[in-house]
Amino acid sequence: MNRTLVASVADRPGVLNRVASMFRRRAFNIESLTVGHTEREGISRMTIVVDSRQTNAEKVAQHLERLVDVLHVEDITNRPAILHDLALVKVQIQDKVARSEILRIADSFQAKLVDMCPQTAIVEITGSEATIDTVVEALRAHGILEMVRTGRVAMARGETNRGTGALAPVGEQMSSAEQGGS
Amino acid sequence: MWKTGAEIVWEMLRREGVEVVFGIPGGGIMHTYHPRQEYGIHHVLVRHEQSAAHAADGYARASGRVGVAIATSGPGATNLVTGIATAMMDSSPIVCITGQVGTSVLGTDAFQETDITGITLPITKHNYLVTDVADLAATIHDAFEIARSGRPGPVLIDLPGDVQRATTEFVPPEGRSTYVRRALPTADEEAIRRAAALIDRSHRPVILAGRGVLLSGAVEELATFANRTNTPVAVTLLGKGAFSPDHPLYLGMMGMHGHAVANHAIQNADLLIALGMRFDDRVTGVPSEYAPQARKIHIDIDASELNKRIPVDVAIHADLRPTLAQIIDRVGSTSHEPWFSETQTWRTQASTHDVLRESPNGVLPTPHVIHEIFSATGGDAVVVTDVGQAQMWTAQHYTTQCARPFLSSGGLGTMGFGLPAAIGAQFARPEDEVWVVVGDGGFQMSLHELSTLVQEDLPVRIAVINNSALGMVRQWQTLFYDGRHEATDLMNPDFTRIAEAYGIPAYRATTLDSARAAIAEAHGHDGPVLVEFEVAREGDPSHVYPMVPSGAALDAMIHSSPTAAGSSVGRPA
Repeated sequence: MNRTLVASVADRPGVLNRVASMFRRRAFNIESLTVGHTEREGISRMTIVVDSRQTNAEKVAQHLERLVDVLHVEDITNRPAILHDLALVKVQIQDKVARSEILRIADSFQAKLVDMCPQTAIVEITGSEATIDTVVEALRAHGILEMVRTGRVAMARGETNRGTGALAPVGEQMSSAEQGGS
Repeated sequence: MWKTGAEIVWEMLRREGVEVVFGIPGGGIMHTYHPRQEYGIHHVLVRHEQSAAHAADGYARASGRVGVAIATSGPGATNLVTGIATAMMDSSPIVCITGQVGTSVLGTDAFQETDITGITLPITKHNYLVTDVADLAATIHDAFEIARSGRPGPVLIDLPGDVQRATTEFVPPEGRSTYVRRALPTADEEAIRRAAALIDRSHRPVILAGRGVLLSGAVEELATFANRTNTPVAVTLLGKGAFSPDHPLYLGMMGMHGHAVANHAIQNADLLIALGMRFDDRVTGVPSEYAPQARKIHIDIDASELNKRIPVDVAIHADLRPTLAQIIDRVGSTSHEPWFSETQTWRTQASTHDVLRESPNGVLPTPHVIHEIFSATGGDAVVVTDVGQAQMWTAQHYTTQCARPFLSSGGLGTMGFGLPAAIGAQFARPEDEVWVVVGDGGFQMSLHELSTLVQEDLPVRIAVINNSALGMVRQWQTLFYDGRHEATDLMNPDFTRIAEAYGIPAYRATTLDSARAAIAEAHGHDGPVLVEFEVAREGDPSHVYPMVPSGAALDAMIHSSPTAAGSSVGRPA
């Protein structure tokens, strides 16, 4: 079973290296890891998916929290959450029939056609892992030339928990952001 | 006020209360060295950077404050690595400052460039590469805070040459650090209630006290708790000093070369109360057979240590001292009879097997040597060990008094740790008598520091336990590797003449009487002094017992060579 951890980390050079190095050293097997900016300046967010049959998610969270640059970790597996992946799929266009078929697939899964050339098209799909898998399967018949997936990003629904006990950058900018509590 | 990066280093060290640093200069750090004198901080010139890290570590362990090591870029920085890893494993707070090539040539394989922040990533609590002098003061402030807070550990700051030379307006960083201290974790009520209930219901409890008891300042709470519940206490190697050895509840050291009583009690316990320790494999033996009848309560400040090797019934992620105080308020006063009497019986029985009762028979057994040092110093010395047989014998036979320092490389088991760590310890406690017990193998990984002792005129007493072998490995070869002594016999120099060449008075002891006399001389001497003890390489006196073979259960202890006992021991997995 997959478990999803969300980590707030300081946006500093080498943070991803620290996290990745720790995963390697502790032999943690990671299904996917994404990192990006957040609503707060200086703080990035990592979404980490681990297969709990191979890797103890609780240990992953505890070791993440040992890292000074990691400000807060939450396991959102059991919380209602939005878990989305983004995929870009480049498919072969054999003929007009194939072209309309690809358009139909994209349309029915709310995928977007983001590029159309005479011989190829790029379909962008956003959604759960299962949705993307379904679209990819449907497109496979047309010949997938290239595919890239971002890995899962996640956000719990409802209340936001930022872990007030965690190490947090301070200074005017940060404290006002904390008080704002968006 | 405008300052250079170099000046900011010393200014910040002074503000942190640093009185002494250990290091070696070099091209990449010369600029930082230059203004030192104006800041009144003493610099100890060690003879190898590894010693700088060990000395800073020894200073930290003996003082409870942050130790500081300084090295140049490239090989200077890489030489720190073993010392940093040693400090990391034993939660010792040190700050290492390394020189680095200039920022304009970083990443070009410049002369004496090495990626020391990359190299030390997994062996530091945190590290920094400072590329802007404006960040330097806050970085040093944070480094000290990180090193000593929570579970302590080493922090490294890498300083490119141009950052050392650059000037900036110096603003004291107090109160505007990049970080606020991570609040110490506290136990929730429910966990305290469950722990107290387990303690009240137990019939055969044992307390396991680790270094966390000392780091958390919970020595008094431990004594109160043990007394109130009449619970026997076993200590880890690094937990020596957490509990009074003269107390009837004291079982001694646990683990591979622990006291038989302690291991026996653990294996027969129905409850283990683990305080600030981490169930290291040298402490538990094979996990599946560890304390099979016992429920377990584990309190540690590092959540990742909970349920790591040994699954427990109540895991409490919290600072020990307040947590123990909370538990004391919740538990009833019990005598834990007949368990307590049973452990007392084992104690009496074990004392009949005490190796110290055996007559030396013409040879010089190391336990007797250690016991003589203990007697001469009244158990009051700051004792530092190297690693191996002499370390284990010292741990067994130097009865560390409550809250007194016992310094040893536990987690990493670093040979060469002893002598430089003793230098750091002597600086931390100038009034105390410091003894370092080293084997002939470990001594030769550090004997260049004899120079440092002389240059600093430090009255460190060095006991070289010389069995002309890498004794611990040789012992394993005898017991588990068909007696084939592969690469463990040493052809040694005359260590007394080595010492004398450095200007250090030295004595050699070959019998118990001469050992006693030499120890008395060293004890009375004011200045560095060395005693070489010639001990047996062969036979039972050359082996540390009791011993739990690697991969065996904790109560599968052997007390003498299997050949003598007529049994056989399998090779460890």
